Amino acid sequence: MLTTSRRRRAFSPRRALVHVVLVAVAIMWVVPIAGLLVYSFRTGNDSAVTGWWTAFVDPLFTLRNYADAIDVGGLGRSLVNSLLITVPTTVITVLVSAIGAYALARMRFRGRVTLLLFAVALIVVPPQLTLVPLLRVFRELGLIGQIPGVWIYQVGFVVPFGIYLLYGFFRAFPEEIIEAASLDGAGTVRTFFQMVIPTSVPVLAALAIMQFMWSWNDLLIPLLFLGGSASVAPATVQVAGLVQSTGGGLGIVTAGAVLAMAVPVVVALALQRSFIRGILGGAVKG
Amino acid sequence: MGSSDIVTAVTGVVAVPAAVVLWLVIAERIVTAVPHRRQESVRAWLWLALPVVLAGGILLYPLIQTFAMSFQGPDGTGFVGLQNYAWVFSEGVLPVLLNNLAWLVLLPATTLLLGLALAALADGVRYEWLIRTVMLLPMAISFAAAAVIWRLMYAYQPSGADQLGTLNAVLDLLGADTVAFLSDPTIATFSLIAVGIWMSTGLAMVMLSSAIKNVDSSTLEAAQLDGTGPFGAFWHVTLPQIAPTVSVVYTTQVIFSLKVFDIVYTMTNGAFNTDVIANRMYSELFRAREYGHAAAIAIVLLLAAVPVIVANVRQFRAER
Repeated sequence: MLTTSRRRRAFSPRRALVHVVLVAVAIMWVVPIAGLLVYSFRTGNDSAVTGWWTAFVDPLFTLRNYADAIDVGGLGRSLVNSLLITVPTTVITVLVSAIGAYALARMRFRGRVTLLLFAVALIVVPPQLTLVPLLRVFRELGLIGQIPGVWIYQVGFVVPFGIYLLYGFFRAFPEEIIEAASLDGAGTVRTFFQMVIPTSVPVLAALAIMQFMWSWNDLLIPLLFLGGSASVAPATVQVAGLVQSTGGGLGIVTAGAVLAMAVPVVVALALQRSFIRGILGGAVKG
Repeated sequence: MGSSDIVTAVTGVVAVPAAVVLWLVIAERIVTAVPHRRQESVRAWLWLALPVVLAGGILLYPLIQTFAMSFQGPDGTGFVGLQNYAWVFSEGVLPVLLNNLAWLVLLPATTLLLGLALAALADGVRYEWLIRTVMLLPMAISFAAAAVIWRLMYAYQPSGADQLGTLNAVLDLLGADTVAFLSDPTIATFSLIAVGIWMSTGLAMVMLSSAIKNVDSSTLEAAQLDGTGPFGAFWHVTLPQIAPTVSVVYTTQVIFSLKVFDIVYTMTNGAFNTDVIANRMYSELFRAREYGHAAAIAIVLLLAAVPVIVANVRQFRAER
């Protein structure tokens, strides 16, 4: 980067202060996670009498907590459930949001502005507000305790935000590309899937990453709409259950928490770059 | 993984998306059957049918139902006028509203200022990617896991005893009195807000730092030639150019603070004067079974969000 070479040369007290501040904040942000990691590898006896940091002077580590979390805590099954909830939710959300945003951004019809305003307004609706009416409807439809029920909820809940995020991007999409495609005889559907979608991968990826995190980390909806059965419960529900019934000891809880956050953390780190690019392309450039 | 898991996975990842695509193909057939000048609007509505049905069913329909319920009795029948609303603004619920106000004032402002400071300070530093990664980590962590993490941070023993909580161990080391972060009613809400700040600053910083990198470098050089210092340049040149991102970040955090639920639910469940609107709504629903009360709280929460909606809509219109 250009800025780096420009600023690196001179050592000044001011630069030193910047480094001190940055490193201090980074340490403050990492310590809570480091504590959890160390704790999850310690024995229950050690954790009961000394803080996690004593492990650095008196190391004694075990995988016991992880074995317990998977066998006793049911984390293994719940990680599969988390994937079964999160991956389809992400795919369907991106597809439906893209279709809606494209129709709003590129097609002329009456009620376009009203619909747009509704989308923006619905972003602010808190999930708790939907619970009583929807639990009733879902029960009548036999969707309680079914993983597809959670897909429907999470997709419907995020679609307004998805449309909000993608609208600006589709609006700014170069007209020539669409015209060129239609001169070649491609219909709207084909243009959409063969030209528009492939060109929009960064912003679609940003939406996908956000929905993946939210869906994976969501506790409220799976807790209520899956009815507490361990055979369909995702990792968040399982960990929250372990927290409330600390009978298994904190060791198993910390190991469960580490297992539950491993997948989204890896996804976030791996896709950080495309996430940033996509979110700025959609939300700010407009 | 059993065979039923595979059926679920294939349904969600292949069958449902395929059905959606098929719907668009069928829609195109319908479009060719209508008169030419109406084709575009018919197509638009057929495309919009899916998102409208989904978002309408999951958000709009319950919203209308909840609105009606806020004028009804505890079990969702009868008409009680404004009684539920009077209850919301009674003394019992007022502290809850005040707690939400604390979230609303402190979290967006702190997150924005901290994110802005970090983005500006880290700009051009060689290990900037590392700082950004570290700050982003909490975003990927669920509230359930964050609750576990922060209970370890906040664990409390009286002064003098062996400390197991990280923060109190540090205080003990410095010779200060230990603090009951989660059970002292005067500070517990602030302890929870700190967790919220820990979780949201990363996203703010990342968005702001990308915006800072897009600032026109010639304007910064001009400021430098004029003899403007780094702070002056940031204030007069950078800040006006990144204003749109600042407003997006602030709006996101305000919405988050209004709706905050998980942190409170998993860490204190509203005890020790930490309750917030969304958590209170939840306990009215599932513990007290006071549907009318819960609905009125929900509507008050939504009304509190109206300024945010209006600001967003204005911005949306200004862009188009």
